[in-house]
Amino acid sequence: MSPHVILRVVSKLLIPLIALFALYVQFHGDFGPGGGFQAGVIFASSIILYALIFGLDEAKRAVPPSWVRIGMTLGVLIYGGTGVATWMLGGEFLNYTYFAPQSTHAAGQHWGIFAVELGVLCTVTSAMVAIFYAFGSRAPELTDEDW
Amino acid sequence: MSNIPPTLMLDMGLMAMLLVVAFAVVRLRSLFAIVMLQGVYSLLSAAWFVSLDAVDVAFTEAAVGAGISTVLMLGAMLLTEREAKPVAMQKQLGSLFIVTITGLALFYAIGDMPAFGDAHSAANAYVGSDYIAATKNNIILPNVVTAVLASFRGYDTFGEVVVIYMAGLGILLLLGLNGNAGKWRAQPNGQDVAGNRNSNADSEAGDKS
Repeated sequence: MSPHVILRVVSKLLIPLIALFALYVQFHGDFGPGGGFQAGVIFASSIILYALIFGLDEAKRAVPPSWVRIGMTLGVLIYGGTGVATWMLGGEFLNYTYFAPQSTHAAGQHWGIFAVELGVLCTVTSAMVAIFYAFGSRAPELTDEDW
Repeated sequence: MSNIPPTLMLDMGLMAMLLVVAFAVVRLRSLFAIVMLQGVYSLLSAAWFVSLDAVDVAFTEAAVGAGISTVLMLGAMLLTEREAKPVAMQKQLGSLFIVTITGLALFYAIGDMPAFGDAHSAANAYVGSDYIAATKNNIILPNVVTAVLASFRGYDTFGEVVVIYMAGLGILLLLGLNGNAGKWRAQPNGQDVAGNRNSNADSEAGDKS
């Protein structure tokens, strides 16, 4: 049994809450402080906390490196795809108004910002986790002395 | 003392703490303590940004500066020494010179800075006020920062996302997700080629320890 029982118990409680908070920051970014960048970093930090406490191999089983690789690209594609979609609808690149041109309460802008922020979330989360995986995989396991 | 506004006192207190932490970082030799103090420095700056009403910036500073970069610095530290080697005084003179000149230039520039919250400063006039007015009419979002970031400045944010993507991609190309850089094997033209690490794995393991 690992000696860090308190750390394990507390972080097990905190990790879902951190992930939930990231989603709140993501979807509440239109109304309060926050957005894709912050949410992505917070979401990544919940995964990194998991890796720090339970080990990198466990974290890689929960969030496989292939997801990370795909997620990084997917985010950029979602963002760029939103721009291409507005092109197809007859507007300029990233002119979200064309998603709902008749709307009186700027629904097109809201949809566009939602899609774009989702892309940001994808890329930022994956890139942060990727950098952590890359560095963490090279570092030797933490000894008790380092704690 | 009583006629100093409380927010100003808070600002000054936070700035004083930043200064103390910065001196501690410079003076310390233990890399672990330095990484932790850098996290403290980021957290203090985040608190200071909140007091300056820049909540979005504070949020990012707290998440990236105090959270992710601390972890990444720890990861990098694990690959190196735990203590920094002291640098000879003569080698520090050049940096001292540059730091002094830069500091003097910054103090000289303070006179040209707009006052905090100045409505006529370059950042608040021109496009700034246009964006605030247009957000109310065309985008209808309570958070102007999100509207500027994602809609008015959509191109810039796209660029930022690509920058983060490229950073991740560069790290992956250099190190690999599983730390298997240099352990690859390929068979071009039928001949067996392996990464350097694999062929002399034993000596490499000896170097590490």
